Amino acid sequence: MNEQTHMLDIDNLHAKVEDKDILKGLSLSLRPGEVHAIMGPNGSGKSTLAHVLAGREGYTVTQGGVKFRGQDLLAMEPEERAAAGVFLGFQYPVEIPGVTNLYFLKAALNAQRKSRGEKELDAADFLAYVKQRVKQMQMDPKMLHRGVNEGFSGGEKKRNEILQMLVLQPSMMILDETDSGLDIDALKVVADGINAMRGPTTATLLVTHYQRLLDHVQPDRVHVLADGRIVKSGGPELARELEEKGYAWLQPQKAA
Amino acid sequence: MAATEQTTAPSPTSEVRDLVTRRVAQAYSAGFITDVESETIPIGLSEDVVRLISLRKNEPQWLLDWRLKAYRRWLKMDEPKWAHVNYEPIDYQSISYFSAPKSMKDRPKSLDEVDPKLLETYKKLGIPLREQEMLAGVVPQVAVDVVFDSVSVGTTFRKKLAEAGVIFCSISEAVHDHPEIVKKYLGSVVPFGDNYFAALNSAVFSDGSFVFIPKGVRCPMELSTYFRINERNTGQFERTLIVAEERSHVSYLEGCTAPQRDENQLHAAVVELVALDDAEIKYSTVQNWYPGDENGKGGIYNFVTKRGDCRGPRSKISWTQVETGSAITWKYPSCILRGDDSVGEFYSVALTHHRQQADTGTKMIHVGRNTRSTIVSKGIAAGHGQQSYRGLVRVLPSAHGARNHTQCDSLLIGDQCGAHTFPYTEIRNPTAILEHEATTSKIGDDQLFYCRSRGISEEDAVSMIVNGFCKQVFKELPMEFAVEAQKLLAVSLEGAVG
Ligand SMILES: Nc1ncnc2c1ncn2[C@@H]1O[C@H](COP(=O)(O)OP(=O)(O)OP(=O)(O)O)[C@@H](O)[C@H]1O
Ligand SMILES: [Mg+2]
Repeated sequence: MNEQTHMLDIDNLHAKVEDKDILKGLSLSLRPGEVHAIMGPNGSGKSTLAHVLAGREGYTVTQGGVKFRGQDLLAMEPEERAAAGVFLGFQYPVEIPGVTNLYFLKAALNAQRKSRGEKELDAADFLAYVKQRVKQMQMDPKMLHRGVNEGFSGGEKKRNEILQMLVLQPSMMILDETDSGLDIDALKVVADGINAMRGPTTATLLVTHYQRLLDHVQPDRVHVLADGRIVKSGGPELARELEEKGYAWLQPQKAA
Repeated sequence: MAATEQTTAPSPTSEVRDLVTRRVAQAYSAGFITDVESETIPIGLSEDVVRLISLRKNEPQWLLDWRLKAYRRWLKMDEPKWAHVNYEPIDYQSISYFSAPKSMKDRPKSLDEVDPKLLETYKKLGIPLREQEMLAGVVPQVAVDVVFDSVSVGTTFRKKLAEAGVIFCSISEAVHDHPEIVKKYLGSVVPFGDNYFAALNSAVFSDGSFVFIPKGVRCPMELSTYFRINERNTGQFERTLIVAEERSHVSYLEGCTAPQRDENQLHAAVVELVALDDAEIKYSTVQNWYPGDENGKGGIYNFVTKRGDCRGPRSKISWTQVETGSAITWKYPSCILRGDDSVGEFYSVALTHHRQQADTGTKMIHVGRNTRSTIVSKGIAAGHGQQSYRGLVRVLPSAHGARNHTQCDSLLIGDQCGAHTFPYTEIRNPTAILEHEATTSKIGDDQLFYCRSRGISEEDAVSMIVNGFCKQVFKELPMEFAVEAQKLLAVSLEGAVG
């Protein structure tokens, strides 16, 4: 396969956490413009994969590798990955009391711009830019002045992740169960946000348990992750099949 | 009644621990030494030394007598041992109690006569005295008094202040020019025998600032004093007195720095504030004395007595402090809420890193009716830093309807540090309402990773998280100084934390 045609190329990835092997030979590739969904049972390693891709410490890659636009992703620091265009939407977004959303977004965007050698945005330009995105996410502009995720409801936190994504404009999005905990209207808003980022130069990896997100965001491919590897891949119809049948039929070794 | 809560750091988390150990040594940016010729009296303390200091300063007899009474009292007192700090005994005979740059012997009449080397020193510290006067009107106006070792080297904006009736000068000058005011108020809030360090200060105090705001005057600008210890083996014993007459208002800020030296130096200051009816004093401190190196060598012992007396009804005294320096801090800015409906506030950020120790807090003494006090304390400990909040809320029988709200938060960075809370209350009026909240948190790996995954470096993430934690206090600082305090915290954390 030609590297250049891939946005993200995960090759035979093995990773462990505290001596526990979690990813056991995972391979997956995304081309620019594609959206892939990853489904799989609880504890199968989906969030672990997301964290390894974003560079969280404590996850040791023991074998295999990951290329992002042909570059060795695993050699980069988390903040370098972010500046290069990798974005992780957290399954459990973190609270940072006393640091306003507005300040946080500006610090993040300007840090990324600086590291890319771009000019930092001034306060006025930035505010106009962010307000636009807040509107897009149908959020109350007042939340910009609240602490990052401080006291946010589960659904508000997820919406806030997508707001951050829209502000930072990454090219490779890894969204870990961003749909969990959202009400029906919020799901639609989040899906619209994800779709808005779709384009020929971006790619998205959607970790989800439910078909309902995929009704709004049509994936190009669906993969099933079980026990640390991809056990099955298919088109959008695979997700519907899983919704009906569950995962047991795919894991004869576990069912036995 | 005394309650004690103790918290030590939860179990280590790898990322934070790495952060703390990775970058240990960082230059203390105010740590340079100015090469000025100084006149320092020989080390040691005796009645003769007290007399010599008084003589050097050409003081009136009453002040000498007061100093001698304090000295004799001090001889009979013991150094307090109750604070949660550890240090080798101080040898009071190895300290010089007076040091003045030689060029100051004949006190300069204006900044033009100040030794250019001293002006240069303050410029390096970011306090350009001369430019400040020249730029007046362009930048926010702040009148500055600077104290170099034992003497004040110059006060800016005197004329403008004088037009408003405000007196802002060194305490030595005030003794000569306004003896009646000094005599009336000196020691009226912190008596010479108040405590060990206050007695020592009363005996040997060298200089400090004096502020007098007459009736009905709103001080037209921020007043500020920068203290600098330069000489080796000297102690700094400054004395500050601020008197706000009826319906007056003043905001005052002090900043402190010292060169980097291997031996410990003693700083034992006394600050007295008096607020008469409806007066308001806002006193802010950014303390950045040299903290010692990462192994605890050197650094300032900062043993300070600060007390404000809300003498008149509806008066208000507000203390805001950002304490990032010093090897040891022992400091409890307090308010005596004597006047009915008077208000006392204490907002504090204290950061300890490496081997720094801080035992700090406040005392709110409710005497008058419907007196109110607010305490917000934010302690940050990193490295092997030890951090204690010690606070007393005392409600006397006369204090009908007294209210206090106390909030004490600790933030731990790494697993070697500790935070302790010692809140004491003494309630002798049943109508009092007291609220106390306390939290301990730590900068988690998850918070750092979250920030980094958004492109923010770990160093910036740490200072962002800490600044968020301190926000409630920073917003009490005058604008320019809030920015300064944030930067200072970031720098202290760089060396100390991230
Ligand atoms: N720090 C850790 N120490 C030990 N085991 C861990 C650690 N972190 C994760 N694991 C284990 O790794 C496995 C994979 O976890 P992961 O969070 O990747 O699952 P997931 O597929 O995202 O599950 P879910 O659908 O519930 O979100 C789980 O069995 C989990 O308990
Ligand atoms: Mg998960």
